Amino acid sequence: MTAETIMQSLASGLLMGLLYGLIAVGLALIFGLMDVVNFAHGEFLMAAMYMTFFLFAFFAVDPLLSAPLTAAGLFVFGAAVYLLIVRFAVRAKANAGMVQIFSTFGLAIVMRGLAQFFFTPDYRSITHSWLGGKTVSIGGIFLPQPQLVGALVAIAAFVALYFFINRTDFGRALEATREDAGAVALVGIDKNRVFALGWGLGAALVGLAGAIMAIFFYVYPDVGASFALIAYVTVALGGFGSVFGAFAGGIIVGLVEAVTALVLPPSLKSVGIYAVYLLVVFIRPRGLFGSM
Amino acid sequence: MDTSFAQRRRRDLIVAAILAALAALAPLFVKDVYVQNIMVLTLMWGALSQSWNILSGYCGQISLGHALYFGVGAYTTALLFTKFGVLPWFGMLGGGVISALIAMALGYPCFRLRGHYFVIATIVIAEIGLLLFHNWDWAGAALGIDIPIRGDSWLKFQFTRSKLPYFYFALALACVAWLVTWWLEDSKWGFWWRAVKDNPEAAESLGVVVFDSKMGAAAVSAFLVAVGGSFYAQFVSYIDPESVMGFQFSLLMALPAVLGGIGTLWGPMLGAVILIPLTELTRSFIGGSGRGVDLIVYGGLIIAISLARPQGLVGLFSPKRKEAVR
Repeated sequence: MTAETIMQSLASGLLMGLLYGLIAVGLALIFGLMDVVNFAHGEFLMAAMYMTFFLFAFFAVDPLLSAPLTAAGLFVFGAAVYLLIVRFAVRAKANAGMVQIFSTFGLAIVMRGLAQFFFTPDYRSITHSWLGGKTVSIGGIFLPQPQLVGALVAIAAFVALYFFINRTDFGRALEATREDAGAVALVGIDKNRVFALGWGLGAALVGLAGAIMAIFFYVYPDVGASFALIAYVTVALGGFGSVFGAFAGGIIVGLVEAVTALVLPPSLKSVGIYAVYLLVVFIRPRGLFGSM
Repeated sequence: MDTSFAQRRRRDLIVAAILAALAALAPLFVKDVYVQNIMVLTLMWGALSQSWNILSGYCGQISLGHALYFGVGAYTTALLFTKFGVLPWFGMLGGGVISALIAMALGYPCFRLRGHYFVIATIVIAEIGLLLFHNWDWAGAALGIDIPIRGDSWLKFQFTRSKLPYFYFALALACVAWLVTWWLEDSKWGFWWRAVKDNPEAAESLGVVVFDSKMGAAAVSAFLVAVGGSFYAQFVSYIDPESVMGFQFSLLMALPAVLGGIGTLWGPMLGAVILIPLTELTRSFIGGSGRGVDLIVYGGLIIAISLARPQGLVGLFSPKRKEAVR
């Protein structure tokens, strides 16, 4: 193992990590807003990947161009999921935690079933896009272009999200609602509207990630499952509810995965991520940036 | 405890005995192998869910990683039998003990975690177990273990000609899991667990040793689930990591209890009786095409029940019970 291979895998780990952060940040946002973990988050990603794929297959729209469209589509979908399912789940008087887990999990199963029904279980991929299969060499290190652009999009999304939450009225409403959902009603903020928009925003972010993922990853009904667990670990590692934590968590997960793949057989690369998660929460039970 | 509580417990026991007797007679009328197979699976998942319910329902520590114990039970039995010729009965006991020890070793660091951090830790640990078994060559790695058939006998717990012996074992397992729950409900542990679930700080201040009671629940729960795993290995006679330790097993253990009523005596069995036949039937009648309709129906049902009856279906059968619990 040379220094070059180590640098190479650290660099690709960092890029992948930023993408993991983008996949996970919607989850962190929604949790921070209303203490709900969306167990269909992976299926949101899957839906976005299919949307990107079909826009490419039928209308020959490059994933980079369709990404805003996919994000908008997922925004509507996320808001609808809140209004049709989650709104009722959080009202449950008994077993609130379990009801949230299982209603969103039921949604995940339905979405997988629908994907199988309409799109068949076949693996699909976008055969030729602007970035697909291309690499760029920086100082002797080869970086795949889709991941590189994905990482840049992720950074841009995090910066935008930061300003959005801190500088806009809606962002302030979001923050106020997460502080005290009861009190905001007194100043005329419709809690349900904020929650619906929060779900829309969270889904739009994972939609953006899905559009990028579709460039270099297979699209199939179960694709969400492989990334959902990574997304949960990413969010928990950073600390539930912390948007910045998801960003940092993603980078850590990407780097740990890359390092594990260097020392262990490739099929065990996830073990490193899981082990680091356990190690972190055993020392800090609320994740790295989670508040008590 | 007041007399109505004691009365209720006696009534529960009588009802359970009648139901078990009726179930034991069922094979006299049901000769169809397909239906018998569903009955075996229903009882097995009922027993597993009942065991899961001890830790996650009564003690409130929601585990979505019980597939680990199921898999350890299945692998212990299968490995001891195929590699050393040890009878499955010893494998079953050994798998149970190993699982209980693993549960306590894992509980030691994990029980400090709360809420979603705990749930994700259980998922992640089971996932690590799955990956390790995938890469463990001696244990068959990804190919798994084919348990050799050495002739039908109770001694070797193998039956190729009839499903009935499996049915009776599954029934016995379900009865044991139910009885253990029934017994624990009224024991010191049962009261501790409910206190820990409702408010750990308050429980601690009243002298409940929160940590020990979580460990106890984890050990009992893991032991029983591992016995179920051993049974499953004998029942299907072929295991691989994905088919005994996959995440879906953890969920399948939780679902009947959630649908029937989490943290209740009858919830898991009731949930299994509704859910498992429904799953099997949708799978064979509309799922055969691989088109996912079974998933749509199944997932839709989970959403509908969890939204419509968050306390589970069990309350439908005895409206008085609800007041007793609350």
